[in-house]
Amino acid sequence: MTLTEMAEQNKVILYGTWTSPYVKRVELALKVKGIRYEYVEEDLRNKSPLLLTFNPIHKKVPVLVHNGKAIVESLVIIEYIDETWKTGPQLLPEDPYKRSQIRFWASYMQQVSEAMVLVIKTIGEAQEKAIKEVSEKVKLLEAGLKGLFPDGIPSVHEYSKNVTLLDLVILAHFGGYEAQEEVLGLKLIDSEKTPLVVSCITALIEIPAVKESLNPLEKVVAFLKFFRENALKSATA
Amino acid sequence: MEEVKLLGFWPSSFVYRVIWALKLKGVKFDYIEEDLSNKSELLLQYNPVRKNVPVLVHGGKSIAESLVILEYIEETWPQNPLLPKDPHEKALARFWMQFGVDKIRPAIFAYFRAIGEEGEKAKEFQEVLKIVEKQGLGDQKFFGGDNTIGLVDIAFGMLAYWLECIEEVVGVKVLEASSLPRLHAWAQNFKQVPVVKDNLPDRGKLLAHYKHSREKLILAASSSQ
Repeated sequence: MTLTEMAEQNKVILYGTWTSPYVKRVELALKVKGIRYEYVEEDLRNKSPLLLTFNPIHKKVPVLVHNGKAIVESLVIIEYIDETWKTGPQLLPEDPYKRSQIRFWASYMQQVSEAMVLVIKTIGEAQEKAIKEVSEKVKLLEAGLKGLFPDGIPSVHEYSKNVTLLDLVILAHFGGYEAQEEVLGLKLIDSEKTPLVVSCITALIEIPAVKESLNPLEKVVAFLKFFRENALKSATA
Repeated sequence: MEEVKLLGFWPSSFVYRVIWALKLKGVKFDYIEEDLSNKSELLLQYNPVRKNVPVLVHGGKSIAESLVILEYIEETWPQNPLLPKDPHEKALARFWMQFGVDKIRPAIFAYFRAIGEEGEKAKEFQEVLKIVEKQGLGDQKFFGGDNTIGLVDIAFGMLAYWLECIEEVVGVKVLEASSLPRLHAWAQNFKQVPVVKDNLPDRGKLLAHYKHSREKLILAASSSQ
């Protein structure tokens, strides 16, 4: 086999959209593990033939292609990444019980995420209801993190060696919290009510591999504003 | 070996996923029946977040969410493996389990709750199952392979037994040999697997349970008109 063929064989391609937290989850996993990959930005209104080939069932991003084979569903992709590449932190610890807790909370983030999207898409009473839901769910997440970090959040240096799948998921959804606050005019996560969640995010953001993958504030603010305006427009239409 | 307990509710197919997996691995466990209309202190203590079943308790530590529990069982008791070794094959199995959550569950829900639109929702549900049959099962006898069941078969178990009762109650068939021949065959084969055959809820009781639920839905629908 030639060097070129070997390089092709191990090629990693990520199909995504920069605004998707599900894509961000996978991006973060690739980055913290130091895996080289090619990124393809998809226009979801005009999906590429390759995306449709690799994800014919859902036609969604993220899709990871490795050795020509496609893997879809963000959490499934991250577990695949963890099993295939042994570089960087182990995203799921060895202990089955700890793994189960991480999987449980990572899957719970789906509910938190859906509630957050509702906050962005609504106003008035509907928004108040959604805000309350996010608040309740983040409180539960806080309790979950207490169980996972009984001695509190480690130093950034320690953390970077022990980042887990759950950390990446939390970061993907809450990493842009400043942009969310700016657009909404309110805090969705509060260091007083949920100190662990906040310190977890602030520590993670300092990890170099993470820092470089976060989108610039203005870009996220502009997108969220546009997303919110569109949602409110179609709600009243 | 540390004590294993399973908190369950007899009509729940999610609970049976865990029962089958534990039995396939030869793990002894105590089963505790929960009354979901009157949740016990034990349940609320072991699953404070979702307050539902199944909950597995191993050596005093609790795990909730059936798919999370299945992965825990697979990792803790590696004998008789239920997931492929190859990472890509494993990812495919996990994809199908997630597909069950994202696509099959809402389709069943919509089909069961459809008052007056049963035919339409049944068709939509069938479309989802066609994808499962073509892309998931293919020509294999089971999702786990030709000779062996795996976690995907276990996760889809409700389609093989619970669905029949639901079809009887709703009055419109979905999983028919004429439209879904391979998936229909899979269902019959799955029910014959000894660990499954010997561990299923009583059909008469299950039918009555679904009839009761559906009657409540019909009542609610007619009173809101």
